[in-house]
Amino acid sequence: MHRFANPARFLRLAKPLTPALFWPGLVLTLGACLWGLFGTPTERLMGDTVKIIFVHVPSAWLGMGGWMAIAIASIVQLVWRHPLAGIAARAIAVPGATFAAICLVTGSIWGRPTWGTWWVWDGRLTSMLVLFFLYLGYIALSSASSEKGDTSRVAAVFGIIGAVNIPIINRSVIWWESQHQKASITLGGSSIDDAYLVPLFVSVAGFSLLFGALVLMRMRAALAEMRIEARMRRMAED
Amino acid sequence: MTHTTFIIAAFAVTSAGMAWLIIGSYVTMRRSEALADDLRQQP
Repeated sequence: MHRFANPARFLRLAKPLTPALFWPGLVLTLGACLWGLFGTPTERLMGDTVKIIFVHVPSAWLGMGGWMAIAIASIVQLVWRHPLAGIAARAIAVPGATFAAICLVTGSIWGRPTWGTWWVWDGRLTSMLVLFFLYLGYIALSSASSEKGDTSRVAAVFGIIGAVNIPIINRSVIWWESQHQKASITLGGSSIDDAYLVPLFVSVAGFSLLFGALVLMRMRAALAEMRIEARMRRMAED
Repeated sequence: MTHTTFIIAAFAVTSAGMAWLIIGSYVTMRRSEALADDLRQQP
């Protein structure tokens, strides 16, 4: 792991990896969305609104996965003092928050024709909203600590504590009465028909690759900004 | 409102969010890396 603690070595890997993740991600995402929109049948109960699944589910998974990645990177930052772990955690925050927001908005749009309401304060929706606010808090904390020039330990601790919300989101439809349906995809299998399941997995793969490319772009930007700051400091000293 | 309106709205929101994220991240990365390279080449 410490092999990639050297930013120069990391950049040698990140530069070719960014387009290698981005372009297949974009093609898979667009392909899956078109497949989902025009190549899947109308569902018996939900009608055509089921097609929202192809953007709602990947954004929900990536919103939650993003926070888990922040928590893991924060542990690596605090325990092993890996210099890139904190940068990675900060780079994940904005894409993660955006996916959580997309999940909330597309879920609300899906809820109106299927439940008859835009929003209900049930366990799943509320815990997902809490996740979005946790992202906003993390972004505010990490930008405040980077401005002060410290190693953003407070943000890392916040990232680890915030991970408590992830199993709550996952189990919310079991623990509390919910308008939201129970999990359709579990480790044991899926209750979704293959006509929807295959394009859904393609969509998840595409969005995940895009997420990876976005995190690499933001890490590269952060490393470049650190180089700029170091150079400016040297120029001011001379 | 028909189902089509809700589907279009959901995909439009996702497209707008993704476009903002991709363009913002790419522009920030290119601008920062170009400035860092320029400064490195300065004596």
